[in-house]
Amino acid sequence: MVREVSESCIDSLLTEMVACYCNRFYANKPELAARRIEAIGYQVGHQLSERYTMDRPRFTDHLEAIKFICKDFWSELFKKQIDNLKTNHRGTFVLQDNKFRWLARMSIDPSTENVSPVEDITSPTAESKAAQAMSMHLYFPCGIIRGALSNLGIPCAVSADISNLPACVYLSLSHNLEKTF
Amino acid sequence: MPPVAPRSGDAIFANVERVNAELFTLTYGAIVRQLLTDLEEVEEVNEQLDQMGYNIGIRLIDEFLAKSNVSRCNDFRETTDVIAKVGFKMFLGVTASVTNWDADGTCCSIVLEDNPLVDFVELPDNCQGLYYCNILSGVIRGALDMVSMKTEVTWLRDVLRGDDVFELQVKLLKHVPEEYPYKDDE
Repeated sequence: MVREVSESCIDSLLTEMVACYCNRFYANKPELAARRIEAIGYQVGHQLSERYTMDRPRFTDHLEAIKFICKDFWSELFKKQIDNLKTNHRGTFVLQDNKFRWLARMSIDPSTENVSPVEDITSPTAESKAAQAMSMHLYFPCGIIRGALSNLGIPCAVSADISNLPACVYLSLSHNLEKTF
Repeated sequence: MPPVAPRSGDAIFANVERVNAELFTLTYGAIVRQLLTDLEEVEEVNEQLDQMGYNIGIRLIDEFLAKSNVSRCNDFRETTDVIAKVGFKMFLGVTASVTNWDADGTCCSIVLEDNPLVDFVELPDNCQGLYYCNILSGVIRGALDMVSMKTEVTWLRDVLRGDDVFELQVKLLKHVPEEYPYKDDE
């Protein structure tokens, strides 16, 4: 029997972590806030990949490790597998989740933002503010994936695309093919 | 409509969406570690954890009231009892107990023997003064604020400091009367 907590605990913690770094510590430095949030995710991913691979034999190649991330690792975190995995066979992979759990309750509707009265409610500024807030939340899962793969011997860079929120999240990871097991 | 009986913490926990506690434990640990890196003083980390907890508590109370069928608690004693028996079980899956009431019924201790936040955790020597679980004191204070009880929450015992349990002292500072947004006589 594995120990569990209510999902509200992790949801609340993530929301407050992002608010803490984006609104309090680095209110005017989104790049610094993003780096901190990603670093926290990296550490979590690094540790989780050890927990989830304890009983598994060593992966024989990169693709097998990345498939592990798409199936078992993703299921542990998000209760579903990655919906689609694509690769250009030159070290870049795109992982597509059609209903990313941690953003499922977020809206990109500009009318819910705190726009100033003089600002057009449909202006690009209002929308970009919402998109920016949304993207801050994605630095954490990007960090998790990068941490997990680094611990499995695949140093990489991970970025996220949020163009179809909240339906779809693309994580793109690239690594140096010269690295061998 | 007849009132529905309050649900037990176990019943609620069995029905809410749950996640592997390790994700929660490791995420919290990584946040604390990052805060220790970013802030100069351990006391600042304690304050930040408390503030984060407060912001979480003011929102968790809504979910708690929505799912627990708890009606209005008549006094501070009943409120803390519900938090310990239902709230901790509902969210963290652990049971807390309430002890050490003072004569006035305005000060008590909430005791946790089991705490998922500290699985895998060891504190290095340079973190003396850190209240690792200070987010919990903020959560409790924030939740009670939303039901009109101003409190002061402090740590009396901490397993990470060598004690055998976690003990939080909760002191009621002021019970704020509820204010309606309209006037009856208009």
